Amino acid sequence: MKNAPVKRKTLASRARIPKLWQLRLYVMDSTPNSVLAFSNLKSVCETHLKGSYRITVVDLLKHPKLAKGDQILATPTVVRRLPNPVRTIIGNLSNIEHVLVGLDLRASS
Amino acid sequence: MKYKGKISPPKVTPLPKSPTGIRGLDEITGGGLPRGRPTLVCGGAGCGKTLLAAEFLVRGATLFDEPGVLMAFEETEAELEANVASLGFDLTGLVRRKKIVVDYVHIEPGEFQESGDYDLEGLFVRLNYAIDSIKAKRVVLDTLEALFAGLRNEAVVRAELRRLFRWLKDKGVTAVITAERGREQLTRHGLEEYVSDCVILLDHRVNDQIATRHLRVVKYRGALHGTNEFPFLIGDDGLSVLPITSLALNHKVSTNRIATGIARLDAMLGGRGFFRGSSILLTGTSGTGKTIIASNFAQAAAKRGERVLFFSFEESPNQIIRNMHSIGLRLEPLVKRDLLRFHATRPSLYGLEMHLATMFKEIANFQPHVVIIDPVTSLMDAGTESECRGMITRLIDYLKAAEVTTLFTSLTQGGHALAQSESSMSSLMDAWILLQDFEGNGERNRVLYVLKARGMAHSNQIREFLISDRGVDVVDAYIGPSGVLTGSARAAQSSLEKAALLASQQEAAQLKREVERKRKALDRQIGDLRSDYEGEALELRRIAEQVGTRTFVLGTERAASGLLRQADTKVVAQTRVRARHGNNGNGTP
Repeated sequence: MKNAPVKRKTLASRARIPKLWQLRLYVMDSTPNSVLAFSNLKSVCETHLKGSYRITVVDLLKHPKLAKGDQILATPTVVRRLPNPVRTIIGNLSNIEHVLVGLDLRASS
Repeated sequence: MKYKGKISPPKVTPLPKSPTGIRGLDEITGGGLPRGRPTLVCGGAGCGKTLLAAEFLVRGATLFDEPGVLMAFEETEAELEANVASLGFDLTGLVRRKKIVVDYVHIEPGEFQESGDYDLEGLFVRLNYAIDSIKAKRVVLDTLEALFAGLRNEAVVRAELRRLFRWLKDKGVTAVITAERGREQLTRHGLEEYVSDCVILLDHRVNDQIATRHLRVVKYRGALHGTNEFPFLIGDDGLSVLPITSLALNHKVSTNRIATGIARLDAMLGGRGFFRGSSILLTGTSGTGKTIIASNFAQAAAKRGERVLFFSFEESPNQIIRNMHSIGLRLEPLVKRDLLRFHATRPSLYGLEMHLATMFKEIANFQPHVVIIDPVTSLMDAGTESECRGMITRLIDYLKAAEVTTLFTSLTQGGHALAQSESSMSSLMDAWILLQDFEGNGERNRVLYVLKARGMAHSNQIREFLISDRGVDVVDAYIGPSGVLTGSARAAQSSLEKAALLASQQEAAQLKREVERKRKALDRQIGDLRSDYEGEALELRRIAEQVGTRTFVLGTERAASGLLRQADTKVVAQTRVRARHGNNGNGTP
């Protein structure tokens, strides 16, 4: 357990190499889940990545073609396109702990 | 559809169906899968679920002008295209021509981080987009159960699946959903509870080291369907289900006859050989000449310009050609002219169904007039008896429908030969010729009977069947008080008969000569007697003349002496005159 923070730190530092985080939130219309997911994502990013993130919201109702590219199955889905590797979180992001694990942001918490 | 129409009463509108284009499946289901409804195809690993689904799509796109969407959860587009290419399906081309859309849904277990509530709207969107982009009528989801592995929240998955099937129905697409077979239920995750219209179960069983795939329609709501388990196979042009029952006994029959290539055998078969399109069984123990008769038949047909397909399960084509050459049958030129084609495989190479499918394909390609299967009993080793019977029934039906004359040779073991053939095949056959060995006098001789020949007056005689380097010949066997004689016994008997005949001929000639001699002797005797008689008659005449002369001389002499005596000659003379007139004097005195 002693080594754990160190490891996290290295992971986090590696993950933070690119200046800008590119996140894509795929939603289906403005359902309650969609709205909730967006606000949850926004708050996580504000807390951990202030100023160095960009969220693109994709409404699949309007752009169904885009679903295939990021292998979207469920909605809402957040895809971390940058930094590499690509990571995916599905759900309305109400479990912040899971979001942090999913985005590989645990170290900075 | 037409199948269905025959069964149901005319006022009921039959359930609309989407033909699958898979050989045999449409017959079993009476026209195809329920149109606009989902069908579940389940089965264990490697039993052909994906191929069935893919063929459903490909046939739909190519034969019925129904574009399709293939949503694959396990294989990527490239993998799928490569896999179905082995069945001869050009998925790539169909995708390019916008007849089929392949959408690979990548789900890796544990790849997603799940946080909070979600639904599978993304899947719906993709599917919907794919369907709309080509106006698809058919959808395949292969294998939907990957969702259970990829997503942790099973409750959501189940709820979404229920919604998905509902949505598919509303969308009006004919869907095929594949699923892994479960231990106690049809599918591992109980998908059958969502799909209630049609469930097809695939199965891959190994029996006696030979694997056979089976298909069964477990459920087909609102339609009659074949409930049996049907063998099916995956050939290099797709699946074929082999229903026995779909083939009705209504093939047209021919009254044409075709010669067997052995004149005497034709004579035994009412003088003109077999009926065209009939199935002929040739049974015999080993070495009785089955292949020879079959080759003769083949050669005769090919020489008439008919195409002959020779399935050999024991000998290689070259070996048959060489061996037949030794009895004066030249098959090679016929092979070169492509009138005679050999197809040789080991019976144990694959299962019965695969053999059948291969044979069907060969027959369909070559369109033969005559098919020879030598020997059909080798195939019997590749399956159980009932399977074999079923297979031969299907084969015969198929060939009869195509008016192909088929000659099956059947190797029988000594002893129970007849019984064995009888139970499995003979009742299916139109003609049955039995070849047998007769042992005796230190030799074996071949004989031949026509046991049955439907629809013709055939010989009830046993015939001896001779094989020489000039070919085969059928001769009368000698039947005498000591039984049937064949081979050298027959030859001895016939030479005995010849000797006896010669002896009696000689005897007759002898007798004739004797009679002739006697007649001549008689003639001679008659001649002798006559000459005797003539001699005596001559003597008699001579004597008579002598007597006459003497009397005259005597009279003359007496008169001379009377003259000499001058006595009472006048008196005497007067007395004589008186005496002569005396009778008159008595009347006239």
